[in-house]
Amino acid sequence: MGVNEKNIDAILEAYPAKVKRNRKKHILIKDSTQGRQELEANTRTIPGIITNRGCAYAGCKGVVLGPIKDIVHITHGPIGCGYYSWLTRRNKAATPEDGKNYMTYCVSTDMQESDIVFGGEKKLTRMIDDVVEIFKPNAITVSATCPVGLIGDDINAVAKAAQEKHGLPVLSFNCEGYKGVSQSAGHHIANNGVMEHIVGQGDLTEAPAKYSINLLGEYNIGGDGWEIHRFLKDIGYHVISVLTGDGSYETIKNAHVADLNLVQCHRSINYIADMLEKKYGTPWLKVNFIGVQSTIDSLRNMALYFGDEELIRRTEEVIAREVARIEPIMEQYKKICQGKTAFCFVGGSRGHHYQGLFAELGIETVLAGYEFAHRDDYEGREVIPDIKPDADSKNIPDLNVEPDRKFFKLKISPEKAEELKKTIPLGDYKGLIAEMNDGHLITDDLNHYETEELIKLLKPDIFASGIKDKFIPQKMGIPSKQIHSYDYSGPYAGFNGAVKFAEDIAMGFVSPTWNFISPPWKDKPLLEGSIQKEGH
Amino acid sequence: MLDFTPKEIKKLTGGVINPAKTCQPIGAMYAALGIHRCLPHSHGSQGCCSYHRMHLTRHFRDPIMASTSSFTEGACVFGGGANLKTSIKNVFAIYDPDIMAVHTTCLTETIGDDIPSILSSAEVPAGKVVIHANTPSYVGSHITGFSNMTKGIVTYLAESAKEAKKEQVNIIPGFVNPGDMREIKRLVKTMGIKSIMFPDTSGVVDSPMTGKFEMYPKGGARVEDIRDSGNSKLTIALGSFASTDAAIQLERKCKVPAKTLKAPIGIKATDELLMALRNSFVREIPSDLEEERGQLVDIMTDTHYHFHGKKVAVFGDPDIVIGLTEFLLSLGMIPIHVLTGTPGNAFEKEVKAMLLQAGLKANVKAAGDLFEFHQWIKNEPVDLLMGNTYGKYIAKAEDIPFVRIGFPILDRSVHSYMPVVGYKGAMRLIEMISNALLDRQDRDAREEDFELVM
Repeated sequence: MGVNEKNIDAILEAYPAKVKRNRKKHILIKDSTQGRQELEANTRTIPGIITNRGCAYAGCKGVVLGPIKDIVHITHGPIGCGYYSWLTRRNKAATPEDGKNYMTYCVSTDMQESDIVFGGEKKLTRMIDDVVEIFKPNAITVSATCPVGLIGDDINAVAKAAQEKHGLPVLSFNCEGYKGVSQSAGHHIANNGVMEHIVGQGDLTEAPAKYSINLLGEYNIGGDGWEIHRFLKDIGYHVISVLTGDGSYETIKNAHVADLNLVQCHRSINYIADMLEKKYGTPWLKVNFIGVQSTIDSLRNMALYFGDEELIRRTEEVIAREVARIEPIMEQYKKICQGKTAFCFVGGSRGHHYQGLFAELGIETVLAGYEFAHRDDYEGREVIPDIKPDADSKNIPDLNVEPDRKFFKLKISPEKAEELKKTIPLGDYKGLIAEMNDGHLITDDLNHYETEELIKLLKPDIFASGIKDKFIPQKMGIPSKQIHSYDYSGPYAGFNGAVKFAEDIAMGFVSPTWNFISPPWKDKPLLEGSIQKEGH
Repeated sequence: MLDFTPKEIKKLTGGVINPAKTCQPIGAMYAALGIHRCLPHSHGSQGCCSYHRMHLTRHFRDPIMASTSSFTEGACVFGGGANLKTSIKNVFAIYDPDIMAVHTTCLTETIGDDIPSILSSAEVPAGKVVIHANTPSYVGSHITGFSNMTKGIVTYLAESAKEAKKEQVNIIPGFVNPGDMREIKRLVKTMGIKSIMFPDTSGVVDSPMTGKFEMYPKGGARVEDIRDSGNSKLTIALGSFASTDAAIQLERKCKVPAKTLKAPIGIKATDELLMALRNSFVREIPSDLEEERGQLVDIMTDTHYHFHGKKVAVFGDPDIVIGLTEFLLSLGMIPIHVLTGTPGNAFEKEVKAMLLQAGLKANVKAAGDLFEFHQWIKNEPVDLLMGNTYGKYIAKAEDIPFVRIGFPILDRSVHSYMPVVGYKGAMRLIEMISNALLDRQDRDAREEDFELVM
C-alpha cells in the first residue's frame, strides 16, 4: 500500500551519510506481518536539521506546572523563557473561590549580566519575597533555565530557605533547557516535583465521594478538561483533581485519595501515574477522550473498573444521550470529510489520540508521529524493559517512591486488577503503532525537510500539526490544522469537542479562499481575443 | 483580570512581572530573515529556537525558518563547537541557503563559545557565507539582538571598493514590520534616490500564497547589495536603539557617513527623513509626497476633536514608542505613561525632552514592565492605551480603548502588511486611534445621545 522503503530511501538520500543512518531509524512503515516493529525515539536532535522540538523548561514549566493556577510560577533566567511561556499554551483556568488565579502573570527574575557573573540567588530570593507579598499564592514554583545550571545557582537551597521564611511551599525545578533531548525531560522533572511536594500534602484520608477519580495528563487546552468533566459528572464521577489543566495546588494535594487515575497524555504524566500506584495503591487506566468512539470506550472501561451496575447503567444512559444528540450534526460534516487523508504530527500523545476522530469523519491518517515521545508511546509499554537509557537522558533523575505509611490503600485487590487487565487497559498503554493501518508512516522527530518531501510523496488533504509548520502546507494549498492550540478554537475533547473539531475541519476544506490561489490571468492567454478573430 | 496588580505602587526588587520586552535572539532571527536566501541559526538549546520561530510565526502568520545547534548537557560541558560545525554541514547539505546567520543564546554566551574560531574551522561550501552575532539574552532586549545582528551583517558583508561613493543611500529600518519597510522604500524611491535597505523582511515574512512553499522567498536584502552598502554616500539609521550600531560600524569600516533619525512615525519624523534625503542628495520633494503630507495634515485638522486632549498610555519597543509619542503630541494628545522594557537612558532622556517641550509631565521609564505600567494607569487613568497584544489584558481590566501597535501582535491579522511609518502610516494610525475612541463613545452612549454623524 502507498509508500515503500524505496520511497523513504529516496527522500533520505539527500542527507549526509551520518544523518541518513540516524533518520532511517526514526521512520517506519507500518507492516503488521512483521510482528512488533521497533522505532528509535527520544534520542538527541540532529544539529541543523530544523526540528520542531522544544526544551526541558518548556516541558516542565510550560506544559506541566504552568496550568496550576493558584501557584505563582517564577522563571529564574533571562526574560525570554518566561515571556514565551506566558499565555501561549491555551490551558484555560477558571478562577477558584479563593480568587487565586495567576495565569495572566509572567514572573521572571529577568537575569542580567551581573547575575550571570555574580550569581542570581539573591535576586531570586528577593523575587520570592515580592511574590509572597503581592500575590499571597498557595505555593510558588521556581523553574531553572539554561544559564542557571551553568553558573551554579542553587535554586533548591533558595527555595528551601524561602519556604521556611514564608511558611508556604516553594518548589524548585532543575529543568534547564539543555537537560535531556526535548520537552520530555521537563515532564519527568515536573512529575518528580509535583509528586514529591504536592500530591499527598492534603489531609483527606479517603475519597470524599463514590467513584472518585483524578484526570492525569489533561491540560484543558481550549476547555477540553471542562467538556470531559461535564459528562463524567453526569455519569456520577467525582473528579478530585486534574493534572494539571485548570488544576490547583489545593486540589492536587488530595490526589492521593482517588479510587482511580485516568491517564489522557501518557507521555507527560505516566511517571506520576506509576508513582501514585506504588505510593498510594491507586491503579491507573489509559483513556482517550478524543473522538466519539474512544470516549465511549474509555467511559465503558471506567465503568468496568468500578464494576457497579448503577454506574454502568448511568454510563450507557449518558453515552446514548450524547450520541443521539451529536450524531446528526457529525453526519453533515462527515459528508465533506469522507475519503480524505491526514498527516498527524503532534507532541507526544495527540499524534495517536486524533486518529480515531479523523477516522470517524472518514479521514485516514497516512502519517503520524511525535516530536518527543519515547518508544513505549509508539510500541506500547511492554517494551519499557528493553529501553536503554542513553547518555542524554541518564541525568534525568528517577524518583523512587515507597508505599506511603499514612495514605497507602489498595483501591482494588491484585486479583481483581489482573482480571480487569484482560479486558481494559489498566496500567497499560498499547502505543501509537498498534492503531495505524498497514502501509502508513510513523515518523519520530519529523523535521522540515522530511515534512516537505513527505507532503509531496503522500499528498495529504489535511496537515495536523503545530504553529511552526502550519503555514508551510498552507502555502502549498493544503488545509492545516493546529492540534496543539486548536487554532484558538475548542474544546476538541469529548462529545461536544468531536462536533467542534468536525466543524473546524470541514470549514478548512470548504473555505472558498482556496479557490483564489491561482490568479485568473494565469490560465488565460493575453492575446486570446485577437487570436480567435484571426482564426475566424 | 489582573486582579493582583495593586493600585499602590509596589516596586519589584527581584525581576519583572509581565515584561515589556523579550530576549535578544528573536531580534537577531528577525534581522537575519531580512537577508535574501538566509537561514538564521540559533546556537544554543533548541527550546530558544522553537520559541522564537513560534513567536514570529504568530505575529506574521507566515513560515519562519531557522535551525538550531540543539545543545545537550554534554555540549554544555565540552563546548558547542562540534554542534555548530555539524549544523553548518547539515544546513548547507539539506537546506542550501546562500548564507547562514548564527546568533547565540544565554547558554552559549555563558559557557563562552568562541564563534569566530568555530566558524574558521567549519566546512562552508564554496560561494556560501556564514556570519554571526553574539546575542546574550541577559543583556538588553530583542531590540538589542536585532541591532547586534544588523551590526554583524555589516561586519561580515559590507565592503567599500573605492573612495568615490555612489549616489545611493543605505537605510537601516529598525525592528519594524515588512509593511513599514515597503513604505520606507517607496518614500525613498519616490524621491528618486537609489537605496539599499537591510535588513529587509518584505517579501519574506509577508509572502504571497501561490500554491507553492518557498523556503527562501523572493524578498530579503541581497548579499551583493549589502556588500555594496560600503559604497553608498550615506547611511540612515531609523531608530537609535535598533539601527545606530550598524550604521556606525559601516561608517567605521567603509567610511559611509551615518545619520540616525527617529523611526519615521508621525508627521515630524517623516518630514525629518525626507529632509535628510533632500539635503544629502539635493532633491526636490516630489509633489506626490507633498500631496500625501497635505492629505495627512488635512485629516489631522478634520478630526482633531476626536482625540485632542485625550490621555494616552503607550508602551513598546523604544524606537517605536519615541516616534509614536512625538506623533501623539502633534495630534494634541497627552501621553502620560510612556514605557519600554528595553533598557537605555537615551529613551527616558528623549521622551522626557519631548514632553517638557510640550509642557507636560509624565511617567517615563526604560527597562520597565507592564506590572508597573498597569499600576501607573490605576493611579492616573487614561482614555487610550497603545501597545502590543499583551496590553489587551490591561485594556480589559481597566476598560480602556486599545490600539495595537508594535511587536508582537498575536491576536489580530493584517497589521504586518500595513505601515505605521510615513505619512500613509500616520493616516492609518489616526484611523486606528479615532476608531478606538469613537467605538467606545458609541458603545457607552445612551440611546438618546447615540449619533449618526461624528
